[in-house]
Amino acid sequence: MHTYIARRLLYAVPTLLGLTIIIFFVLRVLPGDPLVLLYGEGGSASLTEADKQVIKAKLGLDRPLYQQYAHWLKDVVTGEFGKTFARGDNVAEIVLNRGVITGEIALLAVIVSWLVGLPVGILGAVGQNSVLDYVARFLTIIFLAIPSFWVAVLVVVVSLLVFDYRAPLGIIHPWDDFGANMRIVLGPGMVLGLATAAYIARLARSSLLEVIRDDYIRTARAKGLNERVVVLRHALRNALLPVLTLSGVLFSILLSGSVAVEQGFTVPGLGSALIQAFQERDFVVVQNLVLLYGVLYVVINLLIDLAYGLLDPRIQYT
Amino acid sequence: MTQRVETRAQKAGVASAGLRGTEKVWQSLTTFARRYPVGAVAAVLLVVIGLLAAVAPVVSPHDPLFLNFADLQQPPLSRYVLGTDYEGRDILSRLIYGGRVSLEVSVLSVVLGTTVGAVWGIATAFLGGKFDIISQRGVEIIMSFPTVILAMGLLFALGGGLWTVTVAIAVTRLPFGARVIRSVALTVKALPYVDAARAIGASDLRIMVCHIAPQCVAPYLVLATAHLGTAIAIEASLGFLGIGITPPTPSWGNMLGGIVANTYKPIWWLVVFPGLAISITILAFNLLGDSLRDALDPKLRGQ
Repeated sequence: MHTYIARRLLYAVPTLLGLTIIIFFVLRVLPGDPLVLLYGEGGSASLTEADKQVIKAKLGLDRPLYQQYAHWLKDVVTGEFGKTFARGDNVAEIVLNRGVITGEIALLAVIVSWLVGLPVGILGAVGQNSVLDYVARFLTIIFLAIPSFWVAVLVVVVSLLVFDYRAPLGIIHPWDDFGANMRIVLGPGMVLGLATAAYIARLARSSLLEVIRDDYIRTARAKGLNERVVVLRHALRNALLPVLTLSGVLFSILLSGSVAVEQGFTVPGLGSALIQAFQERDFVVVQNLVLLYGVLYVVINLLIDLAYGLLDPRIQYT
Repeated sequence: MTQRVETRAQKAGVASAGLRGTEKVWQSLTTFARRYPVGAVAAVLLVVIGLLAAVAPVVSPHDPLFLNFADLQQPPLSRYVLGTDYEGRDILSRLIYGGRVSLEVSVLSVVLGTTVGAVWGIATAFLGGKFDIISQRGVEIIMSFPTVILAMGLLFALGGGLWTVTVAIAVTRLPFGARVIRSVALTVKALPYVDAARAIGASDLRIMVCHIAPQCVAPYLVLATAHLGTAIAIEASLGFLGIGITPPTPSWGNMLGGIVANTYKPIWWLVVFPGLAISITILAFNLLGDSLRDALDPKLRGQ
């Protein structure tokens, strides 16, 4: 068990290094001149050669690329993410401040997606081809097609026009004002959760349908267990494994969607920080935030891999 | 004389073969429609949307870029079928032109991404060894980025525009092509006829192009169709975030951008119609993709 965890952790290291290499290549090598990235074509051309040298030296851009990369890696490992160009805010502070809100939204979305998706999937599988099943499948297909950020905008517009209500703006932490914080994160969390629930419902249904035809389920029924116990205790346990695997991929979809959903609700989370940095051409912030999203995904999938053993004793850690 | 008769016969043969060809296509299309009516309806809907986008200058009632300050924020079903926006531009015309951009970007990006991925997948499956292991790790790393975040990073470096958005979305589709087609190519590679081809002295390239690639066409089509909806969704999110297709060129995504942030009292028809267009198109692509998978996937065939 311990060697498995150790091996799995070691396996993640090259992936994480690969992430940093790709990010560095895309954001620092691909664009060519970083000053053009910062100031635009015209802005960069209007700078004098001396100014350019000063700015480059200040940002450490005058050193060779491999040194810049090594320096960045050192910063990341020590948790020192540098400062934003525009206002000189500490990037690590921004991440901590806004990460709380994005974290709450993601957690809420995961909870909602399982609470809604799983029962819908189970009901569909148990009553295969019943009216309920058709309604559930229809709704699933519709929800898979509707972009979550559009739902977000619709919710905001409807609550504004009909109820004249708008969630509070600004960063409010749960320990400062829990009610206001909930009003901020509830909308995005629900919308993202429902969008993700559609994936879970579809997979839970098909995976349960596969398991329910197995011999051991017939045995369970034959010995007179009632249907609820058969489905919930016997079938569901095995049917959940593929759903859990999918949850890792879903997390990527969730993170992707959260950027646009946060923007739709104008919630000040990590997504809006990323958009802002993008508009201000602040590559230090973009670089670190993109890395953060990638690392989050790798870590979550690592945890899911480790959780397998707890759910399925058949999996041997060798 | 005999020469001429022969040519005539040949011509007739060619003509009838051609006829048989179109008949065959027509027949397989009707079989598909009978067996998968939902997929067929989706396909017809997509053809209509595609045609509307293709002949946008003819069918759109107004100029999508014309700022008509006499008709600001006209509601739908007035002189403008779907109303006008804050600058007095006709929503319906912008939807039609926007569809042109959105469809173009998503189709091109999916074709580009899946094709490059497929070629990569066939090559790694065939060559195997270290090359395969390294490229699989590479695919894994690219997939570790949430798609919109990866596209954003690429657009940050490349700048916004029709082509850069296409390339950015294509990169996010690439790993899927590489993965799926690689696994197909691996099974095909193990079949005896590939050994037979090698035995008669076919080169590696010839085996890959003439013997393995044709077996990957069906999964390629299924994969590409399934990802068209995703590509539309990514383009829409990027446009919505203001980092995709740059205004004033309309796309379905950027028509939704900034509506809530900019005004206290948003007007509903600006929000509803582009979102409906996006959702209906994604829905149609998903339904067609599901039907195509059922029809073309050999594992499910005959069930």
